[in-house]
Amino acid sequence: MGDTNKETIDSIEAPIYLKYNFTAGLAPARFLSHLKKGILTGQRCPKCDNVYVPPRGSCPACGVATETEVVLGNKATVQSFTIVSIPIPGNPIEPPFIVANLVPDGANTSFIHLMSECVNEEVRIGQRVTAVWKPEEEWGFAMDNIRYFKPLDEPDIPVELIGHLSVNGEEG
Amino acid sequence: MSILLVQFLRVEGLVEDLFLQKEYELGFTYTRSTGPVVGKFLTGLKNKKIFGNRGSDGRVIVPPMEYDPETFQPLNDFVQVSDAGMIESWCWVAEPRPAHPSAVPFAWVMIKLDGADISMIHHVVTDEPSRVVTGARVKASWIDQPVGLISDIRYFVLEK
Repeated sequence: MGDTNKETIDSIEAPIYLKYNFTAGLAPARFLSHLKKGILTGQRCPKCDNVYVPPRGSCPACGVATETEVVLGNKATVQSFTIVSIPIPGNPIEPPFIVANLVPDGANTSFIHLMSECVNEEVRIGQRVTAVWKPEEEWGFAMDNIRYFKPLDEPDIPVELIGHLSVNGEEG
Repeated sequence: MSILLVQFLRVEGLVEDLFLQKEYELGFTYTRSTGPVVGKFLTGLKNKKIFGNRGSDGRVIVPPMEYDPETFQPLNDFVQVSDAGMIESWCWVAEPRPAHPSAVPFAWVMIKLDGADISMIHHVVTDEPSRVVTGARVKASWIDQPVGLISDIRYFVLEK
């Protein structure tokens, strides 16, 4: 058996590419078209009154369609967060950075977004934040129209009230 | 309550329902370790050679297996086989799809290479599809600069 005259192979590149054609559906399409105009919206369940963001078109608790749209404020509360210290391939953001679950005022659910203009070590659950939008000419049908959220000089929200604030930031 | 119903905005024509669709690609850029057995096979391809290995029953298995199917013991007895052989079975693909190894019509083939006892899957490209039959002789067509992948064999061609 003649030995090989080139270096022995011990690994191979084996990338897998999945090609999607994503259709937003009615509720997310409305949500995204509002974002295009600089408006963050959720949808209210007609049965339990919970407001979902981003809306999926139905209430998972009640199993009914959600059709009433609610304009949410730019203010939100930190529900949970993580400090990302390891670079993610293909992600242009330099670590360390903060990824947080944020509940916008007027909504009962959270979405994931970035936090910046903050001291990472001082970020905490219950902290008040506000959206920093990109310039209007850069708005598309995308959540990253909001560049990130930055801290607000407002008192923290007790944990039990997170997800239970009205759009004006008051208990409701 | 200072809640604005977006329905009002829609009545004013500020918001319309849109059909939003977007293509995107999700990529998993894996690097896989081959292990010594598959590594031996791929290194062979890089040198335009095809290696199998011998099982406990004496059969030559191509591509080589890591463990014996009968005794489950590691298999290390590598055997070089020919890059020519015989079609054992086949399936003609008249309209290749993007994921297929050939853009032109081709045949999936199970090929028993000379010196092997187990047939290996690859594909045959020919402009004489009627000659793709069980028992037909085929030979590997190698790419010019093999890298150590099964695609180093561009395809198999029918022998004259």
